[in-house]
Amino acid sequence: MAVTDYQRIVTVTQAKPALAEKLRRIWETPAGFGGWISTVDHKQIGIRYIITAFAFLIAGGVEALVFRLQLAGPNLHLLTPEQYDQLFTMHGMTMIFLYAGPVLSGFSNYLWPLLLGARDMALPRLNALSYWIYLCAGIFLYIAFAFGFGPNDGWFNYVPVAARAYDGGPNIDFYSLGMILLGLSTTVGSINFVVTFLRLRAPGMSINRVPILAWGTLTASAANIFAIPAVSLAFLLLWMDRNAGTHFFDVPTGGQPLLWQHLFWMFGHPWVYAIVLPAMGMVSDGLPVFCRRPLVGYTPVALATVATMVLGFGVWVHHMFATGLPSVSLSFFSAASIIIAVPSAVGVFAWIATIWHGRPVYRTPFLFFSSMILLFVIGGVSGFMTASVPVDWQLTDTYFVVAHIHYVLIGINVFSVVGGIYFWFPKFTGRMLDERLGKLNFWVMFIGFNLAFLPMHLTGLLGMPRRVYTYGAYGGWGPLNLITTLGSFLFAFGLLLLLVNVLKSRKSGDPAGANPWDAYSLEWAVPSPPPPYNFAVIPTVASRHPLWEGRLGEGGLVSTIDRGMLLTEGKQTIGTTAVDAVPDIVLQMAEDSYAPFWLATGTSILFVALLFKSMTVGIIGIVVAALALIAWLWPTAELREREPTGG
Amino acid sequence: MAEHAVGQPQDIPVGPTVSRGVGIWGMWTVIGSEGALFAYLLFSYFYLGAQGSQGWLLEPHPSLKYALPSTLIALFSCAFTWWGVRAVLSGRRANAVFAFSGALLLGIAFVGLEILDWQAKPYQLGTSSYASIYFVTTGLDLLHWLVGIGIFYFLILWTALGYFSARRSIVVMASALYWYFVTVIWLAIFVTFYISPYLGFGQWQ
Repeated sequence: MAVTDYQRIVTVTQAKPALAEKLRRIWETPAGFGGWISTVDHKQIGIRYIITAFAFLIAGGVEALVFRLQLAGPNLHLLTPEQYDQLFTMHGMTMIFLYAGPVLSGFSNYLWPLLLGARDMALPRLNALSYWIYLCAGIFLYIAFAFGFGPNDGWFNYVPVAARAYDGGPNIDFYSLGMILLGLSTTVGSINFVVTFLRLRAPGMSINRVPILAWGTLTASAANIFAIPAVSLAFLLLWMDRNAGTHFFDVPTGGQPLLWQHLFWMFGHPWVYAIVLPAMGMVSDGLPVFCRRPLVGYTPVALATVATMVLGFGVWVHHMFATGLPSVSLSFFSAASIIIAVPSAVGVFAWIATIWHGRPVYRTPFLFFSSMILLFVIGGVSGFMTASVPVDWQLTDTYFVVAHIHYVLIGINVFSVVGGIYFWFPKFTGRMLDERLGKLNFWVMFIGFNLAFLPMHLTGLLGMPRRVYTYGAYGGWGPLNLITTLGSFLFAFGLLLLLVNVLKSRKSGDPAGANPWDAYSLEWAVPSPPPPYNFAVIPTVASRHPLWEGRLGEGGLVSTIDRGMLLTEGKQTIGTTAVDAVPDIVLQMAEDSYAPFWLATGTSILFVALLFKSMTVGIIGIVVAALALIAWLWPTAELREREPTGG
Repeated sequence: MAEHAVGQPQDIPVGPTVSRGVGIWGMWTVIGSEGALFAYLLFSYFYLGAQGSQGWLLEPHPSLKYALPSTLIALFSCAFTWWGVRAVLSGRRANAVFAFSGALLLGIAFVGLEILDWQAKPYQLGTSSYASIYFVTTGLDLLHWLVGIGIFYFLILWTALGYFSARRSIVVMASALYWYFVTVIWLAIFVTFYISPYLGFGQWQ
């Protein structure tokens, strides 16, 4: 087929070894430094995302352990107030922005094309760009910390404390620019997920057959596209207030401090859902495998995922109940925050029903997935309590809220992610994680977590305010804090066991085979680890459980994995229609490219220049970024973006 | 044994043809995100104005001397863009180059008029929160126009080189879509900053 062909007859064939060899030559990234920098393979990018996010999880965890030592008893002075401020801010910022979101992007990047029956993400170079900018933003923020200029006003960074007048160092300038940079990464990553979901599902995977993980990440990504600009704008305005003499947030010249809170939480609350919905999706897809039956209530769970996110845009003021807003506003947002419990709870009932009606197999992933339900209920209920304005007025800015956020984020995100690692590690590496160590890993984490955070509710109810670097002996908070500190160290030890298990099993774990869990979705139909091209021929999907069709006895057509469309003219995959997934177009996918790396580098140089206000460095950054962009966007005949005859 | 669902051999397009391809979907999502950015900027304007005291509006009746002509210019540039797209789709390369060049020149004129408008303002970026939101919003808008001008510079080059045809034209479609979007954003800014004060916003006692 020549590049001049507009149409072609796509033939259907059986997958054969010779075909696999040909596809490998087309799709494989060459080894070596050049390949490492230029690869656009979603699997490599996904693994990088997960490893980088875990590095930040460890960093954020160590920060927490240090300040937990400081808080272990009353009147301790291990840390100065300034050190404490930076540590708790770095901890929050790291966990929420550099770990919780990116780790889910890692899983979805790796898994999506495999789950959906495609050969890569829709926009492979954008995928690489998303990772490189994420890495640069993380390094940018941690360099600040290394030089003692880490963000120090809490992760939500309220003005006027964060204004130049009260925080004169470069700390908040680092935070502002780093967050805008990170926002670019999240936005382009989200764009890729949305387009992939809409266009790259295998033929037959109509919208009611998509795995719930894909629904979760789609919903989160669609929300990010609209929510990220709010926080990027907030940080831009703050940076300008601090550096360009604008007056968005200072009162004497007509600024409004609450504008910061509105913009931050218009983003912040959707973001909370963005970092839990994909994790819930992992449980919705993984739990049924260990219950040996399909998920109960696929359609309500998928719809509830979307409904949670839509409502999630209308609850941001519940972070601002104590700011003196009119009671009409409080009532509205209180009601919305209470109503959001309904779609949030749909998943819980679906998971419980799945376990109830299933025959549970108590392997490590099951333990993590099922315990997440319990932790989510505890975190959900404490959230539901603070949705009530009078209760919130009592509890706001106390450790009760800290306990709530940790139940929600560790409970839903970390437990699902660790369960996900036990579940998908065999697919990533071809080897099983150690089961005995895994069970120990689970129990240490589970006990450590609850030891740390369950008593913290009481600490809050007893009135201990959050974000104080030390406290007196009068409130009776000392023993509770000691328990929390002990629990946090136990929890950290549990995570250490996970790392030990991963390092040990990577080389010496039992060989996994393609489908060690006897699971039902498409990623388990390909070898472990999957070949660079994922699928030798394009599969055709006939149900929600392509690998379980024989035993479910649902009747109807059967999915086909080893026979399908033959696409071997360069990197090709099939584009389908958005709802019915009918084959629509042969997509020419981008080859490996250095452009994303250089675009990320140029952009990062520009942000460094903004920090130091260096025009020369800024121009260098812009030129590097512009050249990379021109190289990227120049139409090529290979990608069928132009006629080969021109020029 | 149950029957297998399997794709049948079929005749389908290879690569993006006209607007059919993932690139256009990517552009729509970019528009969604950038549109949200401006929605938050306009929210900030209305929020600051609604919370502000009497005299928050530094210009109770903003001068339309530059803003109105630049609005018309923006609309004309869209007409040129639309004409250029039609010309590409009907294979008239010279017309397309001419039309896109017209759009590009009008875009440059728009930027020039906006800068004149800035210079004519009796206040500066740091004067008050009104001045800050005005200059930052219009400044980000100008940045989007400059990006559009950059895109059109290359679009003209590529069109002149004969890269595009009635079928292979997704780059043209995506570029035009961006240009229309930037114009729509300007219309929203124009109505917010220049028209809403005449309708009474920010004029309360």
